[in-house]
Amino acid sequence: MSEFILQILNGLDKGSAYALIALGLTLIFGTLGVVNFAHGALFMIGAFCSVTLSRILNASYVTIDPTQKDFLGNPLKVKSSYMESWFGPEVGGAITDWSVPLAILFSIPIMIVVGIAMERGLIKHFYKRPHADQILVTFGLAIILQELVRGFYGANPIQTPAPEALSSVAQLGGSLGLEIVYPAWRMVYFFFSLAVIGGVFAFLRFTTFGMVVRAGMADRETVGLMGINIDRRFTVMFAIAAVVAGWAGVMYAPINAPNYHMGMDFLVLSFVVVVVGGMGSLPGAVAAGFLLGILESFASWERFKIFDGLDQIIIYLVAIIILLTRPRGLMGKKGVMED
Amino acid sequence: MTKNLTRRGVLKSGAVAGAGLAVPTIFTASSAAAYTNEPTGSSVTLGFNVPQTGPYAEEGLDELRAQELAVEHLNGMGDGGMMNTFSSKALKGNGILGKKVEFVTGDTQTKSDAARASAKSMIEKDGAVMINGGSSSGVAIAVQGLCQDAGVIFMAGLTHSNDTTGKDKKANGFRHFFNGYMSGAALAPVLSSAYGSDRNAYHLTADYTWGWTQQESIAAATEAMGWNTVNNVLTPLASTDFSSYITPVLNSGADVLVLNHYGGNMVNSLTNAIQFGLRDKVVNGKNFEIVVPLYSELMAAGAGKNVEGVIGSMNWNWQLTDEGTKAFVKSFGEKYGRPPSNSAHTCYVQTILYADACERAGTFNPCGVGEALEGFEFDGMGNGPTLYRAEDHQCFKDVLVMKGKENPSNEYDTLQILEVTPRAQVEYAPDHPMFAGGELGACNSGA
Amino acid sequence: MLGLEKKDFNLLMVVVALSLFAPLILNIFPKESAFAFFNGGYPDLMQRFAIFGIFAIGFNILFGLTGYLSFGHAAFLGVGSYAAVWMFKLLGYNVLPGLILSVVVAGLLSVVIGFVSLRRSGIYFSILTLAFAQMMYSIAYSDLFGRWLGITLTNGETGLQVYNNDPQILMGPDSSTVPHIFGLEMSSRLTLPVGPWEFVFPVGYYFCAIFLVISFYLSIRIFRSPFGLMLRAVKSNNQRMTYTGLNPRPYTLAAFIISGMYAGLAGGLLASMDPLAGAERMYWTESGAVVIMTVLGGVGTLIGPVLGAGTIKYMENIISKMNEKLLHEWFSFLPESLEKAMVWSASWFTGEGWHMTQGVVFMLVIIFLPGGLVQGSNKLFGRRKRKSTDDAATKQPAE
Repeated sequence: MSEFILQILNGLDKGSAYALIALGLTLIFGTLGVVNFAHGALFMIGAFCSVTLSRILNASYVTIDPTQKDFLGNPLKVKSSYMESWFGPEVGGAITDWSVPLAILFSIPIMIVVGIAMERGLIKHFYKRPHADQILVTFGLAIILQELVRGFYGANPIQTPAPEALSSVAQLGGSLGLEIVYPAWRMVYFFFSLAVIGGVFAFLRFTTFGMVVRAGMADRETVGLMGINIDRRFTVMFAIAAVVAGWAGVMYAPINAPNYHMGMDFLVLSFVVVVVGGMGSLPGAVAAGFLLGILESFASWERFKIFDGLDQIIIYLVAIIILLTRPRGLMGKKGVMED
Repeated sequence: MTKNLTRRGVLKSGAVAGAGLAVPTIFTASSAAAYTNEPTGSSVTLGFNVPQTGPYAEEGLDELRAQELAVEHLNGMGDGGMMNTFSSKALKGNGILGKKVEFVTGDTQTKSDAARASAKSMIEKDGAVMINGGSSSGVAIAVQGLCQDAGVIFMAGLTHSNDTTGKDKKANGFRHFFNGYMSGAALAPVLSSAYGSDRNAYHLTADYTWGWTQQESIAAATEAMGWNTVNNVLTPLASTDFSSYITPVLNSGADVLVLNHYGGNMVNSLTNAIQFGLRDKVVNGKNFEIVVPLYSELMAAGAGKNVEGVIGSMNWNWQLTDEGTKAFVKSFGEKYGRPPSNSAHTCYVQTILYADACERAGTFNPCGVGEALEGFEFDGMGNGPTLYRAEDHQCFKDVLVMKGKENPSNEYDTLQILEVTPRAQVEYAPDHPMFAGGELGACNSGA
Repeated sequence: MLGLEKKDFNLLMVVVALSLFAPLILNIFPKESAFAFFNGGYPDLMQRFAIFGIFAIGFNILFGLTGYLSFGHAAFLGVGSYAAVWMFKLLGYNVLPGLILSVVVAGLLSVVIGFVSLRRSGIYFSILTLAFAQMMYSIAYSDLFGRWLGITLTNGETGLQVYNNDPQILMGPDSSTVPHIFGLEMSSRLTLPVGPWEFVFPVGYYFCAIFLVISFYLSIRIFRSPFGLMLRAVKSNNQRMTYTGLNPRPYTLAAFIISGMYAGLAGGLLASMDPLAGAERMYWTESGAVVIMTVLGGVGTLIGPVLGAGTIKYMENIISKMNEKLLHEWFSFLPESLEKAMVWSASWFTGEGWHMTQGVVFMLVIIFLPGGLVQGSNKLFGRRKRKSTDDAATKQPAE
């Protein structure tokens, strides 16, 4: 029983990342009609915002300690952190320890700038181009962004730990009489993604801005005819989608060490998620994200492994079955992306 | 083509269909040379084929650094590094056989196809007489097959699968790196003395040939020490999150987790295992332990604090104190400002050994060089007295058992040497069942 | 001539001439000169030009004509290779049975995948093909089918190779031990030194080039046939076509199968040039690569895919080999500080940075030359034939 619950938690956790990325993809697709293959790269940039901030906070000056030797026998260069020497070991240490949560704030301006630059500089010119062109140009952009990150940070994964207080395991299910332990940070990730998803939905639902955007998603031309500058709003939506993808990456950094190709690793999967959810449907994207996350978890669990290697193909198998039984995915709209 | 006679057997000899068409002599123009890419000018070209993109890119870049250094030393520049400590004194620092050493590089992308394409371009276009490097067993085996067909020597780089010098061994291929069997043989005694001989191990294994052979080796070696293998779960190479493979471990009754993973897989699975608090768990009254049978410095750096106290094995480490190691670390460190990794060491040593074999054979002909390397015993290249065994072209030397350091003082100091397992303990018969099924064949010089 | 209009015939002749003289054209720089590095005229690369040309031509029949964007075409290339290597293992090194089987197997597979995937259109179709291909990749990479059956079918990530103890029932004692066509070995070549130049004429390349020319010819015939017209109709307005009482499915399925067989042939040829079949050939990035080749060259144009394939393969094989040592040599005429700066900036795009070059070239072409390289060369030579039937790429499907 407890194992069953653990696998559900694993699924929800994986699903959180899928859902957040898919949500952004669907926002961009629904509002701008653009298939953005650089979305995985935005996720990756988010994760590297965590890395960068933790590097900045860990920035240190070098003093030479003649009593110790380095591997070549020269005097050892000792690094001491600015943070700790400015604020003392306790406050300074706490600031560096909380670098990942702080990166949520740090990433906002970066993601907004990247998002707007991408939309205004590139994607704007591709609204009227065939989807294949959109896919390819954003794919080219994704390669470039990925190579830039590799150039600056190398190809090795970079550990970006969660705050000490949140990197232990949480005891859950005490009241149910079950012994369930789960990493605290993974719980944080799950609730964080719920909050972000809830926030995006509330924003679209309850603000005038959101109303206009929703109207624009439904019928762009009419909204334009009403004298509303829909383009400006769509740029803002792109920036929001970039921030959502970035946040997904920021908070993901402690779960698995970020590397430069993590965006590509998630890209194909998140597209499958979006399509299974139904192109253009936000609830569909979120539901499909969690659904595929949970299915993937259970397929990797031996008890549910009906045949060898099921865990390798489950996502694609399910995607094929869903697309063949429900022509437009779980909640897709008719006529979207079918030409 | 006549060497075929012995291999194919008489049975099939009658079954020739229309394959009898004579080859027009014009198409054998290359037979003017005695062997593939015989160097005729004043220089000789070596091909360094390493992953420069993809998940093992850092490993590949370190290999490149080491190979460039080796070329410098061969050409008599720099401080000579391990050439001064090497027991064979055939090399004079004037290139190889008096020819200046040049090199070309290529990107394997850690894909068999791409690796073969770049090796081919080095052989066909640049006239490389030897291919060195690589960072994965699948690629090593694929390129080894290519070099066999093309008639050049292949030195394998980082490849740890038993198959490279087992089922898939080739006469033109040599491996300096150790293998899964040796890891098991070196690790098992250390593990049983550190954690006791009554342990239940749970294996997570990367689902490809290297993972399978390593798991088989480690399970066999630890079971011989009295351990029980509770379970072995295969994980897809493409996995990035291992949580759903780790959670079943929690209640499996196992008290040791063996991660047969490498590269990004290993970094993530180890990180996830630590996240789930496995290191702090007590099962069957014993502390839960994690073992990573194959370590590398770059991976350990990627896994950061998570490697603390985790035991694994390595081919070589810069912290060894023999003269060869010291000379190499000094000259590498002074040039690049960092200590070399064990894959860098492998590629450096292989380049020097190849050059030395050419000198001793007096030719670049792969058959002559292969003969000079077969059964070659030497010392002074780190790892103590070393043998290149003639039967399977596997190198035998001491193996290191490493442990993740608590409180490392800098980014290169993540692992410490726990034990140097003597060569005799990791040796095995060439026909050992884990290595059975292949044949070395005859050397091919491409003539 | 040959049932072609004059313009098409001329194009075919251009392809024939390019294929015939590629060893000369691609070895334009003398062997010892500083530019020799840029020569692409060595056997392996020339063979790849031809093979991926075939692959892209086939892909273009589906994507260029019907507009259906398959993201899983590498699967057909992969099974083609596996089929060919299995023939080498079972029968012998004559490439003919392998090539036939690779086309047949890829054809059969594309019947299945096409039949299922073509029930959906647009991105749903793309994702279905992607899902199939990724499944096949996983199955090949861990040899799942083999594991289920208890045999070795794909030999996992190492790739399927021929071993000395394979049956090879058609092999005689004197048979060649490398792929050959009735005794003529694919790896044999004629090397012709002419002054400072050295030209290599490989058998394998010309073997592939013959297939390239045939493939190109067939593709022209398909483009100009009533069947091709029908496929264009599917692209320009699927719905209207249905209203007229025509069922587009058989036509698109036929196009899918044809392009799958082209991919299978390419896979078989790859294995014939180098008898190894690796699972990475089926990964989604490889499927993406053929899309890139086609679009880079010019979707829906006849010659575009061949140009695109050549450009991509050239970049992959040549630029990735520029290492820092070479850069230092090239820029050594500059003052030292400037040299360092040049090497630093160039190293972003060369050696391990070759992906960056690919990304940049790729974005530039798509942004500025929506019709691909073909449009670029047309602009260059002032041939602005707006209404050219070749120019399907710039046409938008009606909404």
